[in-house]
Amino acid sequence: MAGVGRHSLRGLIARRIAITVGLLWIISLLVFAATQVLPGDTASAILGKTATPESLAQLRAQLGLDRPVTEQYLDWLGGVVSGDLGRSLAAGLPVGELIGDRVGATLVLAAVTLVLLVPIALALGVLSGMRRDGKLDQLVSWLTLAGVAVPEFVTGTLLALLLATWLGWLPAVSLIPPGESPLAHPQFMVLPVLTLLVAGLASTVRLVRVGVAEAAESGYTEMARLSGISERRVVRRWVLPNALAAGVQVIALTAQWLVGGIVIVEMVFQYPGVGQTLVQSVQSQDIPVVQAVALIIAAIYVLLNLLADVALVLLVPKLRTRR
Amino acid sequence: MSDALRIEGLCVTTAGGEPIVDDVALRVGGGEIVALVGESGSGKTTCGLAALGFARDGARIAAGSIHVGGRELLTLQERELRGVRGRHVSYVSQNPDAALNPAMRVGDHLRELLRAHGQPRTDAVVAGALERVHLPGERAFQRRYPHQLSGGQQQRLAIALALACGPTVAVMDEPTTGLDVVTQARILDEVKRLRDESDLGVLYISHDLAAVSSIADRIVVMYAGRIVEDGPAAPLLARPRHPYTRGLLASVPDHRAPRRLRGIAGAVAAVGERPAGCSFAPRCELATDACRAAVPPLRAVDATRSVRCIHTAEVPPPPAEPLPARAQIDGAAMLEVRDLHVAFGEGVVAAEHVSFAVARGECLALVGESGSGKTTIARCVAGLHAPDRGAIALDGAPLAALARGRTREQRRRLQIVFQNPFASLNPRERVVDGVARPLRELGGSRADALRAAHEMLERVRLPRGLAASRPAELSGGELQRVAIARGLVVDPELLLCDEITSALDVSVQAAVLDLLGELRAELGLTLLFITHDLGVVAAIADRVLVLRDGCVVEQGGVDAVVTAPAEQYTRTLVAAAPSVGG
Amino acid sequence: MSAVAAPRSQLAGHRVGQFALALLAALLLVVALGPLLAPDGPSEIVGAPFSAPSATHPLGTDYLGRDVLSRVLNGGRSVVFYALLAMATAYTVGGLAGLVAGLRGGFTDAALMRLMDVVLAFPPILLLLVLAAGTGGSTAILVAGVALVNVPGIARVVRAATAEVATKGYVEAAVARGARTPSILARDVLPNIASTVAADAGTRFAISILLAAAMNFLGVGIEPPSPDWSVMITENRSGLTLQPWALAAPALLLAALTVTVSVVADVLTRERRSAR
Repeated sequence: MAGVGRHSLRGLIARRIAITVGLLWIISLLVFAATQVLPGDTASAILGKTATPESLAQLRAQLGLDRPVTEQYLDWLGGVVSGDLGRSLAAGLPVGELIGDRVGATLVLAAVTLVLLVPIALALGVLSGMRRDGKLDQLVSWLTLAGVAVPEFVTGTLLALLLATWLGWLPAVSLIPPGESPLAHPQFMVLPVLTLLVAGLASTVRLVRVGVAEAAESGYTEMARLSGISERRVVRRWVLPNALAAGVQVIALTAQWLVGGIVIVEMVFQYPGVGQTLVQSVQSQDIPVVQAVALIIAAIYVLLNLLADVALVLLVPKLRTRR
Repeated sequence: MSDALRIEGLCVTTAGGEPIVDDVALRVGGGEIVALVGESGSGKTTCGLAALGFARDGARIAAGSIHVGGRELLTLQERELRGVRGRHVSYVSQNPDAALNPAMRVGDHLRELLRAHGQPRTDAVVAGALERVHLPGERAFQRRYPHQLSGGQQQRLAIALALACGPTVAVMDEPTTGLDVVTQARILDEVKRLRDESDLGVLYISHDLAAVSSIADRIVVMYAGRIVEDGPAAPLLARPRHPYTRGLLASVPDHRAPRRLRGIAGAVAAVGERPAGCSFAPRCELATDACRAAVPPLRAVDATRSVRCIHTAEVPPPPAEPLPARAQIDGAAMLEVRDLHVAFGEGVVAAEHVSFAVARGECLALVGESGSGKTTIARCVAGLHAPDRGAIALDGAPLAALARGRTREQRRRLQIVFQNPFASLNPRERVVDGVARPLRELGGSRADALRAAHEMLERVRLPRGLAASRPAELSGGELQRVAIARGLVVDPELLLCDEITSALDVSVQAAVLDLLGELRAELGLTLLFITHDLGVVAAIADRVLVLRDGCVVEQGGVDAVVTAPAEQYTRTLVAAAPSVGG
Repeated sequence: MSAVAAPRSQLAGHRVGQFALALLAALLLVVALGPLLAPDGPSEIVGAPFSAPSATHPLGTDYLGRDVLSRVLNGGRSVVFYALLAMATAYTVGGLAGLVAGLRGGFTDAALMRLMDVVLAFPPILLLLVLAAGTGGSTAILVAGVALVNVPGIARVVRAATAEVATKGYVEAAVARGARTPSILARDVLPNIASTVAADAGTRFAISILLAAAMNFLGVGIEPPSPDWSVMITENRSGLTLQPWALAAPALLLAALTVTVSVVADVLTRERRSAR
């Protein structure tokens, strides 16, 4: 019956975690399968047109590609679990060494974007959701629609044209010297962050807006008004707590969306992050790097999903407590 | 003594100026319960909200005055109005599940309200407010969230909130809709007790004349946005002076005084489509040109009653036609259900050891509250759900669990009509095509099928022009007639009716039940009738089977079960079911 | 007086929607007929690289000296075509999965939906990049990948709509009468889920264009010599300061296309909702 089912709550969260671990394993399988099993293997990618059957066979043996697929997979997975991400074919370096700095640069970009984006999204979403179809809401809803619809690389290109080419305020590319923190060069971060904000705000504001509007137009909010509760109090105690779920989802959604958006923005501005590495490795078919980076990105994505799920369960009474 | 609530000349219109509620005047005295009764589209909720100076999006209060304890609300500023709402006039809504904040604890609901009106909000005050409506006042209960309460508890909490600041008047808008009859009876007792204990005035809004008859001091009847009759409860119910009130009363099924139900033809006109003159004229047998020319005034017929009808002197007393004798058939069972058992997932039992038989030509009613398993049993009979155990036989031949395993002939002989008329017909098909389809599936030619469909639609008295319409253009009652026609067009022997009138207004319900009774006699149909309403059972069934939590509690002839129930549960049910007679 | 609400302004939506529809029609016309209107061949070198706009080349030339106007007029077809192809594939697969899951329910439903969850566990761009890495990238993989990304969403929408319709009286009555499944699908299910499914097709089309364009931009979709708006944006990046029109023209057209598709879809959805 009543009472907060601490026990079942723990069970619920444990189940979500178990599902996430399972999902991670499936993802590792799929990443490996997609890159290794599909036609066109690493050896032919390295040798290209100069390949002869003999040199191919030799290289395959050297890379261990002649072994059974399951053995290769287990080997690779074992390495990943113990922190060995493999060796880049193009650079000849361990993948961990190759992407170490770049992961940092990407995380800085993501963090700065999130810190700016989340509060703006929540504020705009609440303001426009409270007065659905008001002037601000109309403006916000058309702007966000446009923001969702324009590809990040077009936004980035247009922003670079405007702010770098025509106005000359900012550098058009983010040529951060290797080994230095992007935070030491804020001028290189403005355009990437701005591009991510324009694209990211659009979808997140819409989501908050819907959540807030739903709560603001609900029967319980009408009831609060009919009980003489002041408008400020209605917003604080009736609307916002019930829009919280939407707020949490927004943060999760933004973070998830950033995972994809950053790859593109890094390419647009030649920002030295891990997304750029991923794309370059895909283009050069540097499979070990693709596998490692894809796995890291997918893992982050899945973990963010998990965090959002758990946060939702903890924050929404109806999910937290049992009948 | 001033009235607790006095409404005068109230007009609420749509944004486009179409009246939703027109020229409404009513008074509620201190310590008085006034019932505002009307069917859907009458404007009763709009009136109730206006009593708090409130109109929903898309509506506005265009004229009138609203006095609460001598205070005029419509001239107040928004801020002053806030001080009155919840404090001097409070509101209990139809659906407590939607009216309570899902993210707020029980105790905080009360604390927020007390805080808004500057009243002390100690634990003792909060506990007292809860205990006043017979909810536990203890801390553990105060810390619960609304979804952790039962429907009855939620509604008690809503009433506790409405009473917490000691208002002059409380507006209660269908506070028992969606609750089972036993809980409804308890809530009604609660309202009566609260009125007796204090000087509280209650405006009690309902569609159900039978339910309000037990608590109302006065009854105000609304139709299509206007008050048509207003008077003390007992004389008004005994001798209605408006044709609509009379029709409504004749439509209310009553298990204590079973009689033939007479519905009101037609349906209420929507806002914006209301006729000039008397809005009831199109459905009224007494209507004359004068009724259609001008809106009749609300006139006093004696010191306590007023009526909006120019033919009030001609309104006959309510009919009391006896029912045709209940069939007493001992012949061989046509449908036999043996030891049916159905469970859903984690221990939810929908049916357990359910056995019954329906004899050819009789009407057996399965009655029970929601969750009693009655619909699941019907679905098993129809072949829509495979039971875990048990056997179903038609004329001695076993029926396969699912419809597709039964023979074509078996499927033809057993037809079903569903609860929700608005989902019963394919919105993309013309009504007549939907009725013709079962015949086409049996191999009939298109022309024959359409001819038979037209004939059947005429038989269920669907207005002729509607056969070629889409379902969206039909009212609920019309849709249900079409659904019945679709069932009957293949000439079945057994018609399964699953709560077919529960979504309809009572005047429309009566007309559908009356039709069903006639068709049954004409076609020699056997009926298996599923319902939650004992009054409906008494009006149509020969025998009744009472279900609770998936088990058969009691079965027998309707009159025997209703007048002398053998089991405790049936006794509770019979006592709680509302009845105009009292 | 309180709560006197302003009427919902639907007219504004209408006007914007009509304008967007007109613009979209014009754009699609340009996309379809553009190659006929182009003054030069899309691969023809007509001048010096990155020449500024002139009378003969109103939008200037690109990094190889090809006419930007001609390439832009040729470059919309692939954008629209591959997105449509991906959508057709996705609706076939996702629609079928959703119908089966929605009608059958139970284990089939659960299994199909868990499969969709696995696809959803990948960020779309990553999914496409991994596919491209394994195969070296091609337009076939581009179409398959964009389709794959759309399948779970479509399957969910179709499943939800189907499951809802399946509980309606008219479907249950047909089932109880023993009507054949294809007949129930054709008469009762499909016509009644069509508008729900169509409602988000517009948004999905826009998303498909965006994704395909992003892949082309990242150099793992359509190969460079082809005139494609997204490819043009990539290949002319070095001319950002010299000849911005080589980027601005395809970028603006691509944005106009996706925005108008989204606006039209949005207005249609809103009208559908308010018409209910």
